[in-house]
Amino acid sequence: MLFLIIKRILLGLITLFIVSLITFVGTEILPGDACTTYLERQAFGEQLEACYRRLGLNVPAYERYVSWAVNAIQGDFGYSLSGEMPIKEVLGPRIKNSLVLASAAIFIGIPIALILGIVTALWRDKLPDVAISTVTIFAMTIPEFISATLLILIIAIWLEWLPGIVIVPTDVSFLELLPNIILPVIAIAMIMTAHMARMVRSSVIQVMASEYVQMAILKGVPYWKMVFKHVLPNALLPAINVVALTIAWLLGGVVVTEVVFNYPGLGRLVIESISNRDLPTVQALAIILASIYVSINLLADLMTLMLNPRLKTLQIRK
Amino acid sequence: MTEIIQKVKNLSIGFKSKKGEEILILRNISTNIKKGETVGIVGESGSGKSTLALAMMGYVKHGLYTIGGECEFNSSNLLKMKNRDLEKIRGRKIAMIPQNAGQALTPNLKIGYQIDEALQLHSDLKEEEREQKISELLNKVRLPSPETIALRYPHELSGGQQQRVAVAMALAGTPDLLLLDEPTTGLDVTTQAHVLELLNFIAKDTGTSMVYVSHDLGAIAQVSDRIIVMYSGEIVLEGPSRDILKKPIHPYTYGLLKSIPKLSLAGLPQSMPGSQPQPGTMHRGCSFFDRCNFSEEKCKNNSPQLEYLEELKTSVRCFNYKSLMNDSQVNQTVNKIKMSFQDKEILNLSEVSISYAKQKLLDQVLNRISDDNPTVKDININIKKGETIALVGESGSGKSTILKSIAGLLRTKGGIIKFDQDRSLSSDLKERDPNDLRIIQLIFQNPDESLNPNHTVEEIIAQPLKLYFGLKGEELKKNIIDLLQKVRLGEFYMSRYPRQLSGGEKQRVAVARAFAAKPDIILCDEVTSALDVSVQAAVLNLLQQLKEDFGTTYIFVSHDLAVVRAISDRVAVLYQGRLCEVGPSKDVYQFPSHPYTEVLLGAVLEPDPDIKPKLVAEDIVEEKPPQKGCSFQGRCSRILGDICKNEVPPWQITNSGNSIRCHIPLKELQKDQIN
Repeated sequence: MLFLIIKRILLGLITLFIVSLITFVGTEILPGDACTTYLERQAFGEQLEACYRRLGLNVPAYERYVSWAVNAIQGDFGYSLSGEMPIKEVLGPRIKNSLVLASAAIFIGIPIALILGIVTALWRDKLPDVAISTVTIFAMTIPEFISATLLILIIAIWLEWLPGIVIVPTDVSFLELLPNIILPVIAIAMIMTAHMARMVRSSVIQVMASEYVQMAILKGVPYWKMVFKHVLPNALLPAINVVALTIAWLLGGVVVTEVVFNYPGLGRLVIESISNRDLPTVQALAIILASIYVSINLLADLMTLMLNPRLKTLQIRK
Repeated sequence: MTEIIQKVKNLSIGFKSKKGEEILILRNISTNIKKGETVGIVGESGSGKSTLALAMMGYVKHGLYTIGGECEFNSSNLLKMKNRDLEKIRGRKIAMIPQNAGQALTPNLKIGYQIDEALQLHSDLKEEEREQKISELLNKVRLPSPETIALRYPHELSGGQQQRVAVAMALAGTPDLLLLDEPTTGLDVTTQAHVLELLNFIAKDTGTSMVYVSHDLGAIAQVSDRIIVMYSGEIVLEGPSRDILKKPIHPYTYGLLKSIPKLSLAGLPQSMPGSQPQPGTMHRGCSFFDRCNFSEEKCKNNSPQLEYLEELKTSVRCFNYKSLMNDSQVNQTVNKIKMSFQDKEILNLSEVSISYAKQKLLDQVLNRISDDNPTVKDININIKKGETIALVGESGSGKSTILKSIAGLLRTKGGIIKFDQDRSLSSDLKERDPNDLRIIQLIFQNPDESLNPNHTVEEIIAQPLKLYFGLKGEELKKNIIDLLQKVRLGEFYMSRYPRQLSGGEKQRVAVARAFAAKPDIILCDEVTSALDVSVQAAVLNLLQQLKEDFGTTYIFVSHDLAVVRAISDRVAVLYQGRLCEVGPSKDVYQFPSHPYTEVLLGAVLEPDPDIKPKLVAEDIVEEKPPQKGCSFQGRCSRILGDICKNEVPPWQITNSGNSIRCHIPLKELQKDQIN
């Protein structure tokens, strides 16, 4: 078991190394560099030379990669071009904001998704299922920029209950941020919940049709006891990985929603730094998003392993 | 008169087709189950036997519904009862032992909890008392060290142990009626015999009534007092089991019994034509009309009623049963097979060993072999041209593994596979040339999985013809039609897809595909075990006919010793990947000499209440072959001592050419027969 965890962590680190190489090479290959972008028309002669020296671009690429990587491991991603401030400081509040948004969506979305999924599966083809399933399929198919815009139109503009876009400094306190995030959270949670509810539904239906559930019924186990003891633990196991992917997707920045609501999260930072050709920030973002995906998937796999007795013993035996 | 505990009255269950028609799975079933008796319900797949058993618990599967009739238990109709009331009967008064315990035990709950759950629901015992009861129950079903078993998860037990747990769970509620749905199908022969013996013991010990559902007349014969034979949703014959098995007076049962291969008879059983009609396709008249050898004009348009014959205490649904009453040939006629093999050697395995163990990285780098105890070891077999050689053994004996290596699907670890005396075949598919691939063809167990569902029969059979012979156009078509005729399928099958065929027809297509390559050797991997008995006999006869026509050599793998007896010239008995005995089938079956062969043959269930299985050894499951000594030492009842544990036994050859690998001297081996 311990061996397995170490192996998985090592694999994760290798993945991150490869991601960092790809982004580094990618930014190298692109025509132009940080200095030409920054200096625009002044990008020649003395000034360009000075800029190269200041940013350390005058040494060979592999040397730059090594020094960048060594600093990155220590949490220092260098300087952002646009604001000429340390990327660390740019990222910090953005990560916090994205975390707030994601955790709000998770805490609301996952319980609702589980309940809806289970209810639709248990009352399969009956009224609750038909009604909820129609709504979830609907919610799944509307793109988030439409639902977000509609939310702004109805709740912010017509009803004037909540602010439509987020116009706050990046580093406001949580309480001040709260009213601002309600609409974005609804927009994200809708689509995420719908996806997950469908997943849970099919998983529960599959387990309900299994021989061991039929056996539990024939053993005389009362309905709800059967659902909680025999059905749900087995049906929700495969859901863990889907939940993990969703969380990673949320943390990685729900780009479209953040842009529509002007929300200062990681997603918008990605868009901004790409359009500004702020390559150091893009690099830093790539590596951070990759580590989020890798670590959350690792956690999910370990959790499945712990909860599934079958996998656990198999691993131990090996 | 004994008390009746379950009364089934005019029961009909069915479903609505897409067109809105009512399609019946069970048609007007009436029967009684008496206290303390064991009733066997037998029929082929699709006869409605499981649906009937489930209905006896008031359970109707999703998609089916009760059309009429009732299942009366304690004078109340289970099919109309509310779920809350049913919960008090299920598991407490009527309990079920499922077909596949591996699937029927909830994977995330420990064995102990699952039994405890039944106890909590159906008894008033306190916690400590329940704990003790769990141990008692596990003891009763003869599981070793109940305390540790209770803490295990279902997947940590072997198939036989899982089935025993299911029995223990059913007994937890001390039910009056036990329903068993194919409880031993899918278990090894020896395990099956042990589980049946346990069930017989429980029936006597507790006086519980049992309803035993199975397609296997051999198993039914061992346990039941009374037998109900079902055919396409109807009872066609019902009566005392001895009479039904010895003198079946319904043509279907008669044909069924004739189509079962028997251990005592060499040669192929007689097959029954056709297959059971699908629900919803039944017309007027007797549902068995198409396949019946005794039918008359009136059977075509009139359905016979179930008629009770007082003197035989038997009910029969046939106009013509009288013509069968004096026929007692059931157990005698077989189609004798011709021994047709030549003296020329076609395939030679020498010192073949196969290992499933993954090579460690270091060993791979140094190119050394790390596993000194491989799954399959020391396999030496000479196969003659035109011979049928069978590999037999329980699951895990390595029989399919050897087959895969011959086919080139699994790399051997050592040894040589030689074709036609001088051509050495690589065990890696990629290193074989097209002709090496052509000469060896495979037929798999399950035609549902081995035929591509998106290809028509024509495309399936055309593939080897195009690949190996480059046939095209008219010539290709002619060849396909020819092959279809060889396997007794008409030309019109060409445009059909596998899903439009019955199980037997699919397997015929698979046979035709194998023969299309004009192979010298065909590997048959459990080719009949997914088929119903009546269809099995037809496929066996077909294989035999084709062999005689083409002079093909078969390597036949099966767990069913009676089938092997019927078709093979020579038998190789395997245990834990090591050969125990190789010899002409006649000798292996008549004078089983290796202790393991004795165990295997003793456990075979025959459809005859007078032939009881002999249980010689425990049905323990060994995970790995022993490091040294005889492979069978762990289960052998005739073990001599240290010599068996330390030294690999030598080959001893009998006068009739039977090779036996055992330390016990030949004379003693033959003297001490348990027959």
